[in-house]
Amino acid sequence: MRYAAEVALWLLALGSYWLFPDYLGLLAQVWIAALFAVSLDLLVGYAGVVTLGHAAFFGLGAYVAGILAVQGWGEPFSGLLLAGLAAALLGLLTAPLVLRGGELAGLMVTLGLALMLYEAANKAAFLTGGADGLQGVEIWPLFGRFRFDLYGRIAFLYALGVLFLCFMALRFLVATPFGLALRGIRGNALRMAAIGTPVRRRLMAAYAVSAGVAGLAGALLAQTAQFVSLDVLAFHRSAEGLLMLLIGGLGALYGAVLGAAAFTVAHHLLAEMTPQFWEFWIGAALVMLVMLGRGGMLGLLRRLGR
Amino acid sequence: MLTILLDGIASGMLLFVLACGLSVTMGLMNFVNLAHGAFGMAGGYVLVVLLQRWGWPFLACLPAAFLATALLGLLLERTLYARLYRREHLDQVLFSIGLVFMAGATADWLMGAQQQIIQLPAWLSGRVDLGIGELGRYRIFLILVCAGIVAGLQLGLLRTRFGAQLRAAVDDATVARGLGIPVPRLFAITFALGSGLAGLGGALGVEVLGLDPTFPLKYLVYMLIVVAVGGANTILGPALAALLLGVVDVAGKYWLPQLGAFIIYTAMVALLLLRPHGLLAKQA
Amino acid sequence: MSRPTRRGLLAGGTALLAAPGLARAQAEPLKIGLILPMTGPFASTGRQIDAATRAWLRTNGEVQAGRRLEILLRDDGGVQPDTTRRLAQELVVRDKVKVLAGFGLTPLALATAPIATEAKLPMVVMAAATAIIPQRSPYILRTSFTLPQVTAPIAEWAARNGIRSAATLVTDFAPGHDAEGVFKARFAAAGGRMALELRSPLRNPDYAPFLQRVKDAKPDALFIFCPSGEGAAIMKQFQERGLKEAGIKLIGTGDVMDDDILNSFGPDALGTITSHHYSAAHDSPENAAFTAAFRAVAPNMRPNFMAVGGWDGMTLIAESLKAANDTDGDKLLAAMKGRSWLSPRGPVTIAAETRDITQDVYIRRVESREGQLWNLEFDRIAQVAA
Repeated sequence: MRYAAEVALWLLALGSYWLFPDYLGLLAQVWIAALFAVSLDLLVGYAGVVTLGHAAFFGLGAYVAGILAVQGWGEPFSGLLLAGLAAALLGLLTAPLVLRGGELAGLMVTLGLALMLYEAANKAAFLTGGADGLQGVEIWPLFGRFRFDLYGRIAFLYALGVLFLCFMALRFLVATPFGLALRGIRGNALRMAAIGTPVRRRLMAAYAVSAGVAGLAGALLAQTAQFVSLDVLAFHRSAEGLLMLLIGGLGALYGAVLGAAAFTVAHHLLAEMTPQFWEFWIGAALVMLVMLGRGGMLGLLRRLGR
Repeated sequence: MLTILLDGIASGMLLFVLACGLSVTMGLMNFVNLAHGAFGMAGGYVLVVLLQRWGWPFLACLPAAFLATALLGLLLERTLYARLYRREHLDQVLFSIGLVFMAGATADWLMGAQQQIIQLPAWLSGRVDLGIGELGRYRIFLILVCAGIVAGLQLGLLRTRFGAQLRAAVDDATVARGLGIPVPRLFAITFALGSGLAGLGGALGVEVLGLDPTFPLKYLVYMLIVVAVGGANTILGPALAALLLGVVDVAGKYWLPQLGAFIIYTAMVALLLLRPHGLLAKQA
Repeated sequence: MSRPTRRGLLAGGTALLAAPGLARAQAEPLKIGLILPMTGPFASTGRQIDAATRAWLRTNGEVQAGRRLEILLRDDGGVQPDTTRRLAQELVVRDKVKVLAGFGLTPLALATAPIATEAKLPMVVMAAATAIIPQRSPYILRTSFTLPQVTAPIAEWAARNGIRSAATLVTDFAPGHDAEGVFKARFAAAGGRMALELRSPLRNPDYAPFLQRVKDAKPDALFIFCPSGEGAAIMKQFQERGLKEAGIKLIGTGDVMDDDILNSFGPDALGTITSHHYSAAHDSPENAAFTAAFRAVAPNMRPNFMAVGGWDGMTLIAESLKAANDTDGDKLLAAMKGRSWLSPRGPVTIAAETRDITQDVYIRRVESREGQLWNLEFDRIAQVAA
């Protein structure tokens, strides 16, 4: 039953290619946002480490992929992989700083590091283009054959493919003893340490993996939009990712995808209906969602299913 | 040199008044209220309407801004916030960000998207020569008012019955309730006070920080820095943090403008790593 | 928000009856994708242009050359270029627009340029003002202005009028760099000396420390460029720090003395001298008609240079549609190149080669008239190429 639902969900995702041929650009954005939210879920939903600075990894991934292309290496897959690795490395390096203090201090360190990276990218205009954005990103055709087209067909398939692979890998990961240990740490870190789990090492690994996946999402954005601007590193990216995850529901990976889809589509539709005041309705929806109960949309669905 | 220092102190003080309510809700009431800046914005708009459109005297507008936002805070606390005290922090984040979105759009609808500009009364504009350096009169006014607020808060929390009850309620709400302390009412009043102070800060800040519908998000990061660096359980901690933030920010931008905001963020991360529980917290 | 109000429909109906060939009036509408920052820190730019385009349609009628002009307004929030780009893509692919227009800031326009090229549709930049923008796509045209165009006149005016040394304070992004570079070159060529060059960040700037540095450097004048809407914050600090009393003249491009908010600056703004291509106080029948039409749509706003860019963008689109009598992108583009008309700001031409705007630039002084502040023009440099 559960598997059938999962297969149906992914088929629906793929089927949207034919169902909504005019919205492929928007849907590609949904997949990218979903990948970012899924990376956050591993960290927030499973390991229990809250962050307000995940855009640092998203943005680093975007800039690595973008700068590679500007410097003459536009091959998408290798660019994607390098971007993910770079972000994972940054994650590994900064994890000790983030995991040092208490909840609030850690949260603010993530925020501070992301803001520092934003400023650095702003100042390194010779490399990043500064506030004007990175110009001249040219991505080569996928597999040497499929050009990124105006209709967003290739962007859609590419982003959905990467999302699917990463999602399955993470789904596998959270079912391993490693994933179970993370859940245990979220529940009670002291007890997990007492039964012999190397808490710190596990958290650092989770942080690096999550950072790497966020980097992949950023690289996807850079490659499909063929443009990188400072806002990939901005605070509102981090906050939006967290919002999507919370809207969908924590700790089940699917919630992240659901939340990303709901937020992006709602934003789009509302902004089209009322370009000036869409924020009001998005805000009202968020307040309503919280008032209706715990666990975001997944929680709501579960209660309805009961 | 002295001008720079005093400028920094003035903007730091202002930040404190804006943020101290947040430090109370986060530290004492354990509620992550990211919509705190929206109360600041509300206070700012109250001032703009009263001063610019209705021609009230400046000094009368300030308490009005405080009262109006305190009432707004009370209303929202009773209807919405109070239901979420026991919920997870992340639910509170989602809820309060929703409020921020709604507040921004509402302000835009009522007042327009443009920057609001006010004309200060003559006795507050211009500069005075202090012999050792010149300083804007409004900055001096800011420093005096904000210092008064800090002192008042500290005394109120330590010396009054209300302060003692509040501290007790925060330490252990169940026991406090058992002792007959009206905890929900206490929280409601505290919340209103914090919102009112934010509104006052917003009103005082129109001249210095500017005011438009993006205000709540624009200054959210700064307010969070003040609360996190200062530690969420005291009045003096955030006050010190805000002062430090103001002075470092202004001085950094003056002497090393090419580094921009980098200095602030580096300082914050360093302080958080050295003293993760706040500037004045006793280290565990 | 759907546009066709009852009044619009009536106007359309009247035009329909008046049109000679009724059959032609049934032709497919011309869809214009208008992408503007309607929310976020640069929302005032979007509001001005949106109001101007609505005023244009109300004044001139929605039916032009037998086709209804249909505007599809989209909000890009002003800070996310990838959003602007995606919206443009959607407008082209899904809504089948024939013209892209708007573009509040330079990065937003630059990110969208490849879409115009690939879709072969004219992209009318109504706001963003960095010189290089039209070079990024052969389909880009501009109805606003460029910073070099409006900066050179004030640099030369300053050198001619007893200003020996100057400091610059510009926002740290492409238009700011344009303004700084041109001011420096022209001012130095005219014999002036640069005392200090400062750049403030684009997002969340705090001008106090920068202005304190300017005050300590004691130049004769301070040249300022900032995005539309930011001028207020600078003026505040300029006054509070007493730069005026220290004998420092404030000069700049007209972005600083933005008509949208100028009136709330108070008496301290009096006497400030800026150069720009448009002032709401410009004395001409075209401008009187424009400001009246604008006020009818947005009674609480005064039109600024953004609004005139939007208004002229509509004129350009409509006139080219009449000339081409076709909605094909290349044909429209060809009709747009080299087009001249009488704008509320004076005579303008879209240069055929550069696709950029050639226009008069004015030197203006802030003065009070009937209790309101205005930028009154007192000198004109005719037909400055972009």
